[in-house]
Order: sequence, then structure tokens, then C-alpha cells
Amino acid sequence: MIRIENLSKSFTLHNQGGAVIPVMADAALEVAPGECVGLVGQSGAGKSTLMRMVYGNYLAAGGSIRVGALDVARAAPREIIALRRDTLGYVSQFLRVVPRVSTLDVVAEPLLALGRPAGAARARAAGLLSRLNIPERLWQLSPTTFSGGEQQRVNIARGFAHDYPALLLDEPTASLDATNREVVLSLIEEARARGAAILGIFHDEAARARVCDRLVDVTGFTPRAAA
Amino acid sequence: MTAMDRIAAVTRPLLQVDGLTKRYGARIGCADVTFDLWPGEVLGIVGESGSGKSTLLSCLAGHQRADLGRILYDGRDVLAMGETERRGLGRTDWAFVHQNPRDGLRMGVTAGGNVGERLMAVGARHYGQIRDKATDWLDRVEIAADRIDDRPSAFSGGMQQRLQIARNLVSSPRLVFMDEPTGGLDVSVQARLLDLLRGLVRDLGLSVVIVTHDLAVVRLLAHRLMVMKSGRVVEQGLTDQVLDDPQHAYTQLLVSSVLQV
Repeated sequence: MIRIENLSKSFTLHNQGGAVIPVMADAALEVAPGECVGLVGQSGAGKSTLMRMVYGNYLAAGGSIRVGALDVARAAPREIIALRRDTLGYVSQFLRVVPRVSTLDVVAEPLLALGRPAGAARARAAGLLSRLNIPERLWQLSPTTFSGGEQQRVNIARGFAHDYPALLLDEPTASLDATNREVVLSLIEEARARGAAILGIFHDEAARARVCDRLVDVTGFTPRAAA
Repeated sequence: MTAMDRIAAVTRPLLQVDGLTKRYGARIGCADVTFDLWPGEVLGIVGESGSGKSTLLSCLAGHQRADLGRILYDGRDVLAMGETERRGLGRTDWAFVHQNPRDGLRMGVTAGGNVGERLMAVGARHYGQIRDKATDWLDRVEIAADRIDDRPSAFSGGMQQRLQIARNLVSSPRLVFMDEPTGGLDVSVQARLLDLLRGLVRDLGLSVVIVTHDLAVVRLLAHRLMVMKSGRVVEQGLTDQVLDDPQHAYTQLLVSSVLQV
């Protein structure tokens, strides 16, 4: 479902003397449907950079990133927009929403974007919010005022609203208590069981051991000739 | 068919712009601008004042005549059209939301009249139907029905802007041009307007070209982003990619200059 080959990335800092910083070379990995692969490596080794490239948020310098039939490294913006709507979900560490929009609508939005009826989309959103222990009295409020842990759970609910065939998870259990951590791990296991290909970053070692089928150490993708 | 099905069924861009150039004497307004806009897409154009983004928008909307280049709307060559045909498009298929609502509204006419007038321009004649549709649109932009007979001069800035949007969208345009639509509004009012615009784009399958200098607004509203400097497009791509991994020196400067809150 996800196949990365020969992927490289560098940053050019035009406003700092045009310094070119190579951050990744020859990256390769595969995630099959129904498989969960964990990225490991020290902080700064490029785990998040790799995830962002798969999502099309960072441009690749070379190589290919196939998600389903699309090569994200070469795709046009509108193809990536369609991929994100239909196929590829992403739970980032930060919630970014229009202020004033209710939590229920924030979670339902990916389904509304797919053209699902509003009633069914909100029912699905309500189910996820209950499961993640967000009290019902908060559903009509904007999540911008919520605590870090609550925002994280809203973000997860949003990321799991649609049954994406491929999922990217950036520290989904960070800042969660034991109960909610358990709910999130079950959601991940269910997504894997229905056949989703999952690529994730988990600093929580027990969580990693429980949901990941394999680990890939991104340290192997660090450019050798450090400029 | 839902808006989504209609969008899925299209095989060509709604708007194709190729090499568009406008000069003021020796000075460049905008030069060699090329892009495609597909149904349901929101394209943001950012840049500092004087970067040519407003010139580009007014050339696209036909308010100014471009010197060079080509604009195809739904396959029709806009620059080769006669004045009557182009004005017709402006009334039916296109809409233009001005930064200052006073430029897009008739201040001496009631809220209902402002919305109804646009319907009459496309041939509606039945008073009851016009009033019903106007009431429906005022409700969609969250203006209470009992304000329908008030003049826009009695409205707050945010309400005027929402009224301008209702006036523009009541005739079901397919392409909407917006010039700094959230500029000059309080941040809380801005948020409400952004939410409204996002819902309308999604539910009606609108294509939008939005000019702004506010990077937070484009991040939340635009699918794709074009960065202009000195009349030229220096970078374009997926909005979050351009903002998070900018490639051009100017975009890097622009993004790093934003104050964090």
C-alpha cells in the first residue's frame, strides 16, 4: 500500500547563505495492507520528515513514494488533495482547525468532505468522541480551548473518522492517560484488522511492541557524507 | 448529484490561465502567470502589497484588460469574448467579493434588495420567490430574517461582508474571486467568515481564487497556494507544503516573518 524507494531530501536555506542541508538519502520501506510499521531512531534522525514526505507536506528531492497507485513525490497538488481525502489519513501531534467550529464538526469534517450525509457523519463523530472520553457537554465547543490531552484525542477522532486504507500516526499515544491510551491502541488494532496500512512513530515502547508488526530504523537513511 | 459527484465527473479545469501579463507602461503589473483551477478548488494568492496579486485578480475577473496571455473559462476564451458575453459571465457564472463590502453592496438598498437584485439580473421576476430565496441566503450567512428590510449601512462590518457574500452566491456562480475578504475584520468575525466560506465551498463545489496577505487564512481556506513577488509567481503548490517546506528564498522569508501566537 505504501512503498518508498530511493527517497532523498535536503533543505536549502536561502536566507542563511544558501546552506544546503541533506537530511535523507536512499530511504526505502514498504507497508502492506493490514500491517503496522513503526519508525524508530533518535530525535532528529528524520522520522517526522519521512512521514511528512509521505503525506506530501514536504517535497522529496528524489526517489518515489507510492501510496496506492499514486507517486506522491511526483503528483500534482490536486492528486494529493484527492489522496488525502479518500485514501491517506494523518494524525499529527497538533490540532489545526478553524476557530469557532464545534468539536463535533471538526471530527465529522473528513466525512463531509467525502460527501457523506451530515447526520451520518456527525453520528460517527459522536461515537468516536464518546469512545475517547470527551464529555458530551464539550462537543458543541471549539477544541481550541481544550487541554493538550483533549485536543490530542479530538485529533485522533478526526483521523479515524473515515476508514482510510493508509494511515500515518505521529505519536498518537503521547500525552494520554492509561484509559485513553488503551482506547487509541484498540482503534489502531481495529484499523489494522480491517486492512489499513499503518506507518507510525511511537515513543511509547510498550505501545510500539503491541501494535507494530515491524520496526524500521531511519538512522540508516541519514546521508553518510555529512556535508 | 452531490457537489462531490459533479466534481468527480469533470475532466478539465474550470479556469486555465496561460502566460497572463499586464504592464503599466514600463512597469510590470503581473507577468507570465500560468495556472489551472479545477472545480471545487480554492487557490490562494499571497505576496506583499505591490506584488501584483490584486492586478492579477482584476485581470482574471475582467476588471482590467490583460496585455498578453490567455484565459480559458470552461473551455471558452475569455479575452476573445465580446463585452456583452463577458458581462453575462460576470452576472451568471462568476462572482467577485471585494475587501470593502461597500464596493460590492448597494448601500442605499435593503439587505433583501441587495440579494434580490442579483437574482433579477439573471432573469428572476417573481417577487415572492425572490424574497424567499433572499431570506434563505441571509439565513445561510447567519443574518436574522428580521433584518431583511434594513440597509447595509445599519450593519456591522462583519455582517456587511456576509451580506456581500450572500449577494454574490445567490445566483449560484461556479467561480468566485475574493480580494482580502477577511481583511479589516476582527479576528473573531474572521473565524466565523472562514467557517462559512469553507462550508459553502464544500457544499456547493465552488472554485475560488482568493487574494490575501494573511498566511493563516490561506492555510485554513486554500487547497493550493501561489506566491507572488514583483509581479511574478515565484512558487506554487499544495498550501501546507508551500508554507511548511518553502523552496524559494522569498517564500522562506515570508513564512519566517510571521509572528507566532
